Amino acid sequence: MATPTTDGKSTHDVHGGLPIPRRAANRPVPGAELLRGWYRELVLIREFEIRCMQAYQDKKIGGFCHVYIGQEAVAVGCVAALKPQDPLVTAYRDHGHALARGMTARACMAEMFGRVDGCAKGKGGSMHMFDREHNLFGGHGIVGAQTPLGAGLAFATKYEDEVLNNGKSSRVTLCFLGDGALNQGAFHEALNLAGLMNLPVIFVVENNGYSMGTSIHRGTTQSHDLSSKALGYGIDSAVIDGMNLLEVYHGMKDVVEKCRRESRPAFVDMRCYRYKGHSMSDPRKYRTRDEEELWEQGDPIGIFEKFILDQGAITPDQIKALQKEVKAEVRDAVDFADNSPVPPMSDLYHDVYREPWGRYTGTSEPRMYGGALNPPTFRATREGDGLI
Amino acid sequence: MSATQEIEFRDAIRDAMSEEMRRDKRVMLIGEEVAEYNGAYKVSRGMLDEFGPRRIIDTPISESGFAGMAIGAAMLGLRPVVEFMSWSFSLVAADPILNNAPKMLFMSGGQFGCPIVFRGNDGAGGQLGSTHSWSVEGLFSNVPGIKIVIPSTPADAKGLMKTAIRDDDPVFFLESERLLGMKGEVPVGEDVLVKFGQACVRREGTDCTIASWGRPVHFCMEAAEALAKEGISCEVLDLRTIRPLDIGAIERSVRKTSNLVIVDQSWSFGSPGSEVAAQIHQRCFDDLDNHVHRVHAEDVPAPYAFNLEQEYLPNTRKICEAVRSATYNA
Ligand SMILES: Cc1ncc(C[n+]2csc(CCOP(=O)(O)OP(=O)(O)O)c2C)c(N)n1
Ligand SMILES: [Mg+2]
Repeated sequence: MATPTTDGKSTHDVHGGLPIPRRAANRPVPGAELLRGWYRELVLIREFEIRCMQAYQDKKIGGFCHVYIGQEAVAVGCVAALKPQDPLVTAYRDHGHALARGMTARACMAEMFGRVDGCAKGKGGSMHMFDREHNLFGGHGIVGAQTPLGAGLAFATKYEDEVLNNGKSSRVTLCFLGDGALNQGAFHEALNLAGLMNLPVIFVVENNGYSMGTSIHRGTTQSHDLSSKALGYGIDSAVIDGMNLLEVYHGMKDVVEKCRRESRPAFVDMRCYRYKGHSMSDPRKYRTRDEEELWEQGDPIGIFEKFILDQGAITPDQIKALQKEVKAEVRDAVDFADNSPVPPMSDLYHDVYREPWGRYTGTSEPRMYGGALNPPTFRATREGDGLI
Repeated sequence: MSATQEIEFRDAIRDAMSEEMRRDKRVMLIGEEVAEYNGAYKVSRGMLDEFGPRRIIDTPISESGFAGMAIGAAMLGLRPVVEFMSWSFSLVAADPILNNAPKMLFMSGGQFGCPIVFRGNDGAGGQLGSTHSWSVEGLFSNVPGIKIVIPSTPADAKGLMKTAIRDDDPVFFLESERLLGMKGEVPVGEDVLVKFGQACVRREGTDCTIASWGRPVHFCMEAAEALAKEGISCEVLDLRTIRPLDIGAIERSVRKTSNLVIVDQSWSFGSPGSEVAAQIHQRCFDDLDNHVHRVHAEDVPAPYAFNLEQEYLPNTRKICEAVRSATYNA
């Protein structure tokens, strides 16, 4: 079968799932400016990841580095369906989410380089992107770790509304996870809690068909119908084509609105594909080149580019100009990261505690209280004390 | 002396597992990516081909589940080897590995043992950041009922792994990803085992004892080399296992050198290093010329940035400084 498809019909059926409903066709097309903005984000993430791979080869980036190439439409479409104040939390394949959320390419790249101008001052690295300003509550390296955190973020927004503000739930939390994380106990406990407590959290499974070298069918029961996982916890689910930005956007809009309205959790089986290896050192022997090529034909950027051209929302010249601009932006980010200083040694002992009593110097030297005899007194909450 | 062969650290572990699997059908290997992928760090290379999918078993990312499952199987008499891709990921399986395995024998009044080996990558050094850089020996050495093995050479890795698999108690086998590619002469043959609880003198010396285990042993050797040029003669002891702990070997060495520096890549607070220091202060109070010095990871979460991580870890410079201080050469 020649045409790539995410609905389980192709000979390279990586998900084996039930057919995916199509939603975008019946919806009004978003304005041209919005479409161009999304297109730019897709291209930015792709370009960013390509340069990351180069920088990794050049040993500018260390540790584990998981690129997002192929899944760009998921982050861009999901974030587009959110409000800026909605919390977002994700796993270690997090550069795309960070950029879509509004982190600058400079801050993201400098973090990868382990430099002071990184979003976490070079202390977190590729797998741990945090951005308080943009309500990104991390990149989390341990598979599944972010799922209870997602429930917790939603718990706090619900509490904020019901206890602190006397209102109804107004923020929803988006919690991304990989298909591999479906098999962690933490995920199941989080779903049960979310269902039980009516938490406004959406668990988006970026179902790219593989966890490292394990295809979803080898590692996960009911892989053809993941909604059965959510059903056990009384949570509604949706299947969305993650290779098509408009499908992601409209599908997620529905899910987000319902979650916000009803303060109920949701589960999304987002069908997608990662084009590159799991990390930088993965020869991908567990799948065929044929399969990869088939999926590459359904490139989320290609699909969206064609759509906006057909719509007349952009011209070929504008595309060229935009690509040039993005390339320059990412090149600038790399230069910026490269020129940013490495963290000073004193940073090693910063941020271990909030340090209300003075500098922390380690257990071997009891100077933690900065010599103060009495710890500062804490005040009770006052009217108007809000959350983040 | 038996014949030897030069192989990589990772293959030494593999050979030990394979030899024991040939010897004893109750032994099997289970973990993430151990079969079809040949192990995330290629330690189980070729084992699926030889032993088949019933004995080399790929799992989903369910550490708590498969660790607990293997413990249940061990109670019934299997001898599982469980790979944690990284010991950092064993933390999601803390309950089975800390609450079930080490206590089964005791709680059942001696009825049910737990002959199981948990193994995987341990320690920082690859810029993996705070969540992936655990040196779990610091945490787990606190728990009675566990044996903890940390080899520093390919030969020890093989001999200790064979002992671990034949051992009737739960053994935590800590490998350093940084050492897996290291080559060394490894004994050939079925029955070359390295006993637990026997430290090895890696270098003889007279002025200061340096005791360590696992990857930092190599930093100690570098430091000893550098210090020799300054006229300080160091004896380097590789403990190889933390539980059981060969405190007698350290004691004998300290009686000779009168000084001790402990190098431990885990955090200092409540660590194997602090335990060794306490025991030596007690046993060798009158033999010591100075208090025991310790070099640990800095008392902060592991940082990502390269320069910070290098400074975070015990390194040769810090070991030299500690030895100079201990021997009043600072
Ligand atoms: C608890 C835990 N176990 C194992 C790992 C190692 N690991 C990192 S990513 C990964 C695969 C995860 O796959 P998936 O959830 O599908 O996400 P994807 O990589 O496809 O984005 C594994 C096994 C880990 N980080 N945490
Ligand atoms: Mg996946």
